[in-house]
Amino acid sequence: MARFSFFAEGLPGIDLEELKGKLIVLEGTDGVGRSTHITLLKQWLENNGHAVLDTGMTRSALAGKRLRQAKEGHTLGGVTMSLFYTTDFADRLENEMIPALRAGFIVLTDRYIYSLMARAIVRGADPEWIKDVYGFALKPDAIFYLRVKIDDLITRVIQSTGFDYWESGMDLHLGEDMYDSFVEYQSRLLTQFDKMVEGYGFEVIDASGSIEDVFDDLKNRVSHALKNNREIAPRGTKN
Amino acid sequence: MSSAMKMYGKHRFPGRLFIVEGIDGSGKSTQLSLLHKWLESEGYVASFSEWNSSPLVQDVTRRGKKKKMLTPMTFSLIHATDFADRTEHDIIPPLKAGAVVLADRYIYTAFARDVVRGVHPEWVRGLYGFAVKPTVAFYFRTPLDIAMKRILGGRDAIKYYEAGMDLHLSEDDDIEENFRIFQGRIVEQYEKMIDEFGLVVIDATLSIEEQQAQMRQIVTEALTGTKKTRIRRWLDLASLQKGSRA
Repeated sequence: MARFSFFAEGLPGIDLEELKGKLIVLEGTDGVGRSTHITLLKQWLENNGHAVLDTGMTRSALAGKRLRQAKEGHTLGGVTMSLFYTTDFADRLENEMIPALRAGFIVLTDRYIYSLMARAIVRGADPEWIKDVYGFALKPDAIFYLRVKIDDLITRVIQSTGFDYWESGMDLHLGEDMYDSFVEYQSRLLTQFDKMVEGYGFEVIDASGSIEDVFDDLKNRVSHALKNNREIAPRGTKN
Repeated sequence: MSSAMKMYGKHRFPGRLFIVEGIDGSGKSTQLSLLHKWLESEGYVASFSEWNSSPLVQDVTRRGKKKKMLTPMTFSLIHATDFADRTEHDIIPPLKAGAVVLADRYIYTAFARDVVRGVHPEWVRGLYGFAVKPTVAFYFRTPLDIAMKRILGGRDAIKYYEAGMDLHLSEDDDIEENFRIFQGRIVEQYEKMIDEFGLVVIDATLSIEEQQAQMRQIVTEALTGTKKTRIRRWLDLASLQKGSRA
C-alpha cells in the first residue's frame, strides 16, 4: 500500500508506490513567520541527517517569473489569476516535490493548496470548484497552520515590510486605504483558513509567541510526524 | 471576480456565443470566418476570440511548449489559464453588452486533448466549470484521411504537442504516424461529447457553401427571439458611433 494518496483523481502517470519521502506543509496568512520557520526547520533537519527540499509559491520554472510579473501589472482577472497559480503549483509538484519525495527527501513547503484555495475563494471563486481543481494534489503528511490574531498580524507587518499591494488585497477594493484593506482582506483569509482546520486536519500552532517558542513547538510536531510511518489521513489527525 | 463566480450553464447574458470545434484540417476556421463576415454584413457586431490572449499567459505556454516542459497536467492548466483570461476579457464583457461572440475552438478542444493525454475526464470538465455555455457549439465532423491530407499538404511541419509527440504513440517516433493516431483519438473524444454537450454536427465533407448555409440557418434561429431587439439596439448604437467617427 502506497504511503501517499491524492485528494481526488490525481496526476496522470505518477506511481504513488515510488514516493518515499515526507511532505510537510507550513500554512498561515502573510506575515506570520512561515519563511523564518522554514529556514530554521531546514537547518535543523539537515543537521539531523535528513535531505530537505524547501519550496514555495511562484517559484516554478514554468510559470513563476511570469506570474510574478502578472501580479505587478495586476491586469489578470480573478479566475485567470487563480488558475495561473494552479499551473505554477502543478509544475512545482510534478517537477520538484514529487521527484524529491521519490528520492526520499523531506519536502518542506511554504504554503500549499490551502493558501491558494483561500485566496481564490476570497476573490470570489466557487469553493467547490477550486477544491475540485486541486484534487490532483498529494495529501501532505502534516500541515502546520501558524495562526495569529489579526491584531498581532498588523503589528508584525508594520514592524517588518509594511503593507504590500497584494497582501492588502488592494485588487478587491475592500477599504479606503491599504490599512483598511489589509485588515479586511487578511480577516477574510483567516476565516477561510479557520474553516479548513477540521476538514483537512491542520495542526494549529499559536504563532503569537517568540520565534524560539514557536520553533520548539514546531520541532516537536515535526519529529512526531517523522516517526509516524503510517499514512496520515486528512481527517482525524489532531493532537 | 468582484461578483460571485457563475458556473457553466448558469450565466444569463443578452448576447449570443457561437463556437466551432473539430480536428485540425476540418475547415472549421474557414466556416467561422465566413459566418463572421455574414454577421457583420447583416448589421451585427461580432467579436472574435481565439486560443490566445494575454501576452503573459501566452508567453508561458509558448516557452513551455518550445522547451518541452509541459506534462499532461501543466499542459491542461496553462490552457485553462489562457481560456480563463479569454473568458474574463473577450467573452463575458461583449456578451453582457448583448453582442455576438464567435470562438474558434472552445472548452471541448481541451476536454478532447487533455483526456487523450491521460487527464481525468471529470476533473478537466470541472476545471472549465467557469466557462460560459455556448448558444450553439458546432462540431465539424471530418474523416481523418481528409483532414490529414489538408494538414500535411498545407504546412511545412507539424508541431511537437500538436502531433501529440509527448505521448509517443508511434514506433520510432514518426511524427506523421503519431499525428494520425493522436487525431484519431481526439475524434473518438469529440464523438463522445456530441450527446453530452449537445454539439451540432456539421458534415465537413459537404461543399463549403452548403456547410455555411446550414450554419447560417441555425445561427439565424438562435438570433431571433426575445433578445434580438436588444442586440439590434446595441449594434445600432455601435454603428452610429462608427458613422460619427468616419
